Amino acid sequence: MASETPDTARPSAPGGVSFSLSDPTVRAVFYQVLVVGIVIAVGWFLIHNTLDNLSKRSIATGFGFLEREASFGIGESLIDYHPRDSYGRAFLVGVLNTLKVSIIGVVLATVLGTLIGVARLSSNWLIAKLASTYVEIVRNIPPLLQLFFWYALVSESMPPVRQALNPIPGVFLSQRGLFVPVPSADPVWGTMGFALAIAVIAVIFLRRWAKARQERTGQPFPIGSASLGLLIGLPLIAYIAGGAPTALDVPKLQGFNFVGGVVLTPEFFAILVGLVVYTAAFIAEVVRSGILAVNWGQTEAARALGIDSGKTLRLVVLPQALRVIVPPLTSQYLNLTKNSSLALAIGYPDLVSIANTTLNQTGQAIEGVAMIMGTYLVISLGISIFMNWYNKRIALVER
Amino acid sequence: MTDNVHTGNIHTGSIPDERPPSNTVGPVAWLRNNLFNTWYNALLTILIAWLLFKAIPPLLDWLIFSANSFGTPPQVCRQEGGACWTFVSEKLRFVMFGTFPYDEQWRPLVTIVIIIALVLASCDRRFWKPWLALVWIAGLTAVGVLMWGGVLGLTYVENTLWGGLPLTLMLSVVGLSVAFPASVLLALGRRSQLPAIRVISVTYIELIRGVPLISLLFMASVMFPLFLPTGVNFDKLLRAQIAFIMFAAAYMAEAIRGGLQAIPKGQYEAADALGLNYWQAMGKIILPQALAISIPPLVNTFISFFKDTSLVIIIGLYDLLGTAKAALSDPAWRGFYREAYLFIGVIYWVFCYSMSKYSQKLERDLRRGHRR
Repeated sequence: MASETPDTARPSAPGGVSFSLSDPTVRAVFYQVLVVGIVIAVGWFLIHNTLDNLSKRSIATGFGFLEREASFGIGESLIDYHPRDSYGRAFLVGVLNTLKVSIIGVVLATVLGTLIGVARLSSNWLIAKLASTYVEIVRNIPPLLQLFFWYALVSESMPPVRQALNPIPGVFLSQRGLFVPVPSADPVWGTMGFALAIAVIAVIFLRRWAKARQERTGQPFPIGSASLGLLIGLPLIAYIAGGAPTALDVPKLQGFNFVGGVVLTPEFFAILVGLVVYTAAFIAEVVRSGILAVNWGQTEAARALGIDSGKTLRLVVLPQALRVIVPPLTSQYLNLTKNSSLALAIGYPDLVSIANTTLNQTGQAIEGVAMIMGTYLVISLGISIFMNWYNKRIALVER
Repeated sequence: MTDNVHTGNIHTGSIPDERPPSNTVGPVAWLRNNLFNTWYNALLTILIAWLLFKAIPPLLDWLIFSANSFGTPPQVCRQEGGACWTFVSEKLRFVMFGTFPYDEQWRPLVTIVIIIALVLASCDRRFWKPWLALVWIAGLTAVGVLMWGGVLGLTYVENTLWGGLPLTLMLSVVGLSVAFPASVLLALGRRSQLPAIRVISVTYIELIRGVPLISLLFMASVMFPLFLPTGVNFDKLLRAQIAFIMFAAAYMAEAIRGGLQAIPKGQYEAADALGLNYWQAMGKIILPQALAISIPPLVNTFISFFKDTSLVIIIGLYDLLGTAKAALSDPAWRGFYREAYLFIGVIYWVFCYSMSKYSQKLERDLRRGHRR
C-alpha cells in the first residue's frame, strides 16, 4: 500500500484540542464521517421511500411468500417439482439448473478453450489460423446474440416432433430437443458408482505410495496405466458381477412428445453451447498467454536434461504456466456463471428466470432481486475461494 | 610485386548467387515447414483441409451464389433455399433506427455519425487534451437535441420510440463517459488509507462485480420505482442507463486500480516530498501515469460493455439486437434468423474488433514510451 496521505500518521499538534481542518488527523476523520454520513443519508432516503411506496401499494415485505404455492410449471428440473409445490422449491429448482449449466459449461469450456489455445500456438499454420479466426470472431459478438442464434438453430431449423430425425435407432432429434436412450434403472448402476469411488480412493493412495517410493529408491512406477486400469477395471468388474444388464429405456413418441430416455432440451442446448463457445474463446487466450509466459529456456533446459517432451510439458512447462493461467481463468469461470443468467432470454429455467416469474406473480420485487443477487454472490464467492485455494497450492514457493 | 600472380582460381568479379535448395525456401518449403512438418501435423492438415472443403462451398453457396437477390419476396426465398437478403433491405431502417418516426430517421443517422466521429477523434492521441471533454459535451448535447427534438424546429420524439443502433451507441458512450469519473473516484477510494472510504469502495465494487448485469437491470426496472418518492418517476431508458453506469463504474474502477498499483512507491513519495496535497499528487503525478497504463484494460472493459448493452432487450428496450428480434417476429418474415443475426453480428463485430485492434496498437505505442 503506497502512502497517499502519509502525514496521517503524524501525531496531532501539541496541545491536542485543535479542530482545524489543516490537521491531517482531524481532516481524515472529517472526510470519513462526511462520506459515511452521505451514504447513510442516501440509504435512509431510499429505504424510507421504499417503505412508503410499499405501504401505499400494500405489498407485504418479508420472505413469507416462499411458502406459498407456486402454481407455475418448470420445463426441466433435477428434482421432483410440481406446480403445487412452493415458490421456495421452485427457486431451488432454478438454483440447481443454474449450477447444472455452469458446472457442465465450465468443464466443457475449459477443455475446448485449452484445445484452441494450444492450437493457436501450433506449428501447423492452418490450425493456428483457424484457431485465431475462431477467437477473433466469437469474442467480438455479444453472447446474447450467439445464444439467440443457437436457440433459433434448434427451434426453427429442426423438424417438428412427428417428423423427428432418427439418425441412430432410438435417438430422435426434433424441435423439442435431442432424445437419447439410457440404460433402464438397475441396482448395478449404484454398485458401479460405488466401485468407481473405491477406485478413485485407491488411485489417490497408489499415487502417494508411488511418489514416496520413487523419492526413496528412485524407481518409477507406471502410475498412469495403473490408475487407468483401476478406474476402468473396478466398475467393469462390478458391472459383470451384477449380471451385465443391457436393457435400454428407449424414447417413444406418445401424444405430442417423446417419453422415456433422456432429453437434451433446445433451451439447455442453446445456453450450454452458447456459454461454452463464448467462454472457450476467452479461455483460449488465457491458456495461450500462460504458455507463452513460460520462458523457452525452461523447455530447452528440460531437453538438455534428457526429459522427454511429454514429461517436459507435464512437469516443467505446465506447472509454471498454471501460475499465470489460474487467476484469469477464475474470472472466466465467474463470467460463465454470471452469463448463465442470460438463460432468461431463451426460456431455460435458471434461477433468474424463476425468480423473475416469482416476482411478477407475487410483486415481491425487492425480495426477488435480493435472492438473485444473494445466490450469485454465494456462487461467486464459492468459486473464488476454491480457485484461490488451488492457486495457493500451485503458487511459487520462494525459499 | 607478385600480388596478382596467383589469382588463377579466384574470381575477382562477383558471381551470381546460387538459389538456395528448393526445400528450404519457396512455397514448397513453406508447405513443408508449416503444414507437413511432422506426421501428425500432416494428418491434421489433411483432415482440416477436407473439413473446410466440405464446409466452405455450401456456406458460400448459401451466402452468395444461390442467395436470393434484393426484392425477392419471402415466399419465394423459403422455396429457393439460399440466403434471403431481401429481409435485410426490407427491414434495414427498422433494425437500424427502431420505431423512430420514419420521416425523421435522418436524425438517428446523424446521431450515429456524430458518435462515431467523437469516438474516432478520441482515438487519436494528439487530441488527448482537456478540450476533448468539451468536444464530447458539445457532441452529446447535439445528440440529445437530435434525438429528443422539440427545439430548433425539430418535432419532439419520446425516448420510448428510440431504438436500433443509435440506442446501442448512446447507452454505451453515455454510460462510459458518466461511469469514467465515478470509476476513478472508486479506484482511488479502494486504495485510500481512510478505512471507512476504503470499505465503502470495496463493498460497492465487489458487490456489483459479483452479480450478473441482468440482476442490476432487474433492479433498475422493478426496484428503482420503489426507491423514489411518490410522484417522481424515471423512464425505462434512464433507469437502464443508471444500471449500466453503476455496472461499468465498478469494472472500470478495477482496471484503473491495476494502473494505480503499477505506479512505483517512489512516485507517491516524490509527490509528498514536493509538498503536494492528496488531490494535487493524484491529479498531477499519479493519475496521469496510472490512467495511461490502464488504457488497454479499460478498452477491454469498453468492448465487453458495448456487447453487454444488448441485454436491455430483457427489460424491453429495443437496441440493435432488440430491433432485429422484433423484425423477426413479423409473421411475413419469420424464420430468416440467419440473415438477421448475421447482419447485426457483423455490425457488432466491426465495432468490437476495431476497438480491440486499436487497444493492441495503443499497447504497442505505450510500451514504446517505456523502452530505453
